[in-house]
Amino acid sequence: MKINEVRVCIIRVGGTNCDAETRRAFKDLGVKTSIHHLNELSSKRNLLDYHILVFPGGFSYGDYIRAGAILAKTILSRIGGEIRSFVDEGRPILGICNGFQILVEAGLLPGLNGISDYPEAALATNIPIGYRCMWVYLKHEGKSNCASTWLIPEKRILRMPVAHAEGRFLLSDEKVLDRLLDNGQVILRYCNERGEYAEGRFPENPNGSLYDIAGICNPDGTVFGLMPHPERAYYGWQLPDWTRMGRPPKYGDGKLIFESVVKYVAKKF
Amino acid sequence: MKYVARVEVRLKPGHTDPEGETTREALVELKYNVKSVRVSKVYEIVFEADSVNDAKNIVEEMCKRLLANPVKDDYRYYVEEAHKP
Repeated sequence: MKINEVRVCIIRVGGTNCDAETRRAFKDLGVKTSIHHLNELSSKRNLLDYHILVFPGGFSYGDYIRAGAILAKTILSRIGGEIRSFVDEGRPILGICNGFQILVEAGLLPGLNGISDYPEAALATNIPIGYRCMWVYLKHEGKSNCASTWLIPEKRILRMPVAHAEGRFLLSDEKVLDRLLDNGQVILRYCNERGEYAEGRFPENPNGSLYDIAGICNPDGTVFGLMPHPERAYYGWQLPDWTRMGRPPKYGDGKLIFESVVKYVAKKF
Repeated sequence: MKYVARVEVRLKPGHTDPEGETTREALVELKYNVKSVRVSKVYEIVFEADSVNDAKNIVEEMCKRLLANPVKDDYRYYVEEAHKP
């Protein structure tokens, strides 16, 4: 498939607020991208007309109950069959920030035995507590076949901002972490600018996440969620220090995520 | 029949509760001798069911499907027939 034939669906509901920037990133790569409200997607459109599904950042349904919980359960109740087919056919799903919380609450991530009925992980209240908006460093753990990061070299350090109050990645026990590591599902970890892992220390690890985890994928590598915002690090002029750089780069590290998932689809379908 | 359920969702024991800890520090600032605070969320749900047992089953399902995340949350509930206004 040619790049310009790839179709991206960005889903929004009340409280979503990163849909426009996310669309701009995909459009810069030359793919057909549209934003659809859940009501429109579930009544007038067919999810399977798209190749990539994106849950963008924001505060869907006011983050009530738990961040991401309401949209996760609502979408499964309305178009769960289409979501399952989407995943079974290996079409990529990308969840950014609130999108990651949604994928975890929906049981799509970590998805150790396919889509789980109840969450197998959680994104709990930050430690230290509070909404945190700041730039962080991430290390790409490579090795895996993750559709959304396959173009990024192993151990490459990436710089992106986080902006959340509930991003502390949790699992029920250490054995589950071992399974994630064995499967190569841990994709991004918080680190410092030299690439040394944060080891739980603030501010390198901005939320107290277990094992400094910032992003994971499912065992097939097609469903990927991350707390940082690649769409806010897409262009060089979005970098916090671009005015002091002399010649700032045209693009930031966030582009690598969008480029990976688009080229994955173009190659596979 | 109309039933009312009072559902309490809270963090499992052993899980750090940053909201509770911050509240504890604030109470200590106000000179209270507080050792620990745990925060929970309470939902009061009015709904239809055929019997008390049926109502309890429905609430259990609500907790599992939406109100609690089993990785970090515990829940408990009390169900009774709703009094007519």
